[in-house]
Amino acid sequence: MKTRIEPASDRSLLVTFSRQISIATHRKVAALTRSLARDTPANVTNVHPAYCTVLIEFDPIATDHATVQACLETRIARTSDSDSFDAALIEIPVHYGGEFGPDLEQLAHQRGLTPQQVVELHSAAEYTVYFVGFVPGFAYLGGLPPELESPRLPAPRPKVPPGSVGIAGAQTGVYPFATPGGWRLIGRTPLELFQPDRDPMSLVAIGDRVRFVVLEKPVR
Amino acid sequence: MIVVESPGLQTTVQDLGRPGHAEFGIAAAGAADPVALRCGNLLLGNAANAAALEMTLAGGRFRFQQAASAALTGSAHGKLNGAAVEAWTAFDIPAGALFEAGVDQSGARAYLCLAGGIDVPSFLGSASTHLLTGLGGYAGRALRKGDVLRVGLPDSQEHHTIRREILTRLAPRKTLRLTYAPQTHWFSDEQRAALVTHSYRVTPHADRMGLRLEGCATPCANSAHMITEGVSTGALQIPPGGQPIILFVDQQTTGGYPKIANVIAADLASVGQLRPGDEIRFEWVSFATALALAREQESLLSPAELFAS
Repeated sequence: MKTRIEPASDRSLLVTFSRQISIATHRKVAALTRSLARDTPANVTNVHPAYCTVLIEFDPIATDHATVQACLETRIARTSDSDSFDAALIEIPVHYGGEFGPDLEQLAHQRGLTPQQVVELHSAAEYTVYFVGFVPGFAYLGGLPPELESPRLPAPRPKVPPGSVGIAGAQTGVYPFATPGGWRLIGRTPLELFQPDRDPMSLVAIGDRVRFVVLEKPVR
Repeated sequence: MIVVESPGLQTTVQDLGRPGHAEFGIAAAGAADPVALRCGNLLLGNAANAAALEMTLAGGRFRFQQAASAALTGSAHGKLNGAAVEAWTAFDIPAGALFEAGVDQSGARAYLCLAGGIDVPSFLGSASTHLLTGLGGYAGRALRKGDVLRVGLPDSQEHHTIRREILTRLAPRKTLRLTYAPQTHWFSDEQRAALVTHSYRVTPHADRMGLRLEGCATPCANSAHMITEGVSTGALQIPPGGQPIILFVDQQTTGGYPKIANVIAADLASVGQLRPGDEIRFEWVSFATALALAREQESLLSPAELFAS
């Protein structure tokens, strides 16, 4: 589809590159996000990348939709999604199963796998950080082996322990904070996904690659 | 220094927030009623975004170990050593005094602004507290009994009073104006009409992250096609049950529910004054009207307009 830019509120525009989640779409999202971070247009106040879209917020006192849209059109035309950037490879150690991965056994059972096979599949894949959103440092990871795709829990947990590694649909990710969450939890990492006094604060950024590494000894 | 003798229900340090970091999942946070916060700061000659105390549904009790100039704004009343003080006007608090703030039934939040602002470490350029993640503000949390707050050095000795007629024009609204959102056309004409013909009630599940409403349900037939995307503050999300949620200042930066509408910028401060049980209505406006209303509100938030000469 042709890239679409439309108002999302009286102070934002939504750029939609596609209606399909894919690596090709992700590259466009990441390229625009990086371009806007490197050189933020006047009066743009916030940039929210996601799977297929980038939401751009602006100051409605100082500018308007048409002005920001014109600026974005130029920017998108100038931005190449093959722009090189440093995609870091982040290794995240995970202790799978037991009390740290309370949904591992059931997920394995539902998928006709053994828990060990789930762990092997999950830790063998290389994932792409499609975007960071929801809460600070929460990475939406693409590249989950299709054998592991599982629906969300029927009712979300009111508080997921920080560091929990979960699966929802074709996504996998790590909860940085104790938040409510409906993803199926298969393990936990001792790494801090977000630390306000670290540089960078967020362990992962859009476009990074992630591998999960089996950690035999339990965490915390 | 100020000692918190009673923190109230949920009192946090807030300024005008930290927009600009949604790329890392960081919410802007900031005052739930930024109009009240800005007025309070201007009354004292502070920078508009100086940090203040935001009190929710119930006020707090504070012992001032130092003298300070203060202003109380929002849905507020206060007592200094037992004697009532007026809101929306600057006043002096002597050293040793006890100040009690209350939140009026007319709204949800009161602000206690101090000349020089509340002094807490800045996180990404802002003093605002984000409760869910424990970032910013005073130790990343709501105030507790015994906490000790520091006050910044005042930039000015100004003491002002807000003109009544401006207060009326800036008063929080119970009819929130809406513009279209990215999924508005996923809802039927009847559903879009229902949103503005029925009233909605604010449920007890209303906080700085979002306000769940109850009223005419408008479930989206297309929900399954929704792909998680960025969300603006004030987005009216429709989860599968069809009852709307207004995303608010401590919002998640992306969301997976379709959005039928978005509250306009000029009415976000009004959302910050909604209490559980409030009956509210919605009204559709064009983007052009929304921008004009934002600019009109902004034009009132200047010392020249706010204060009697």
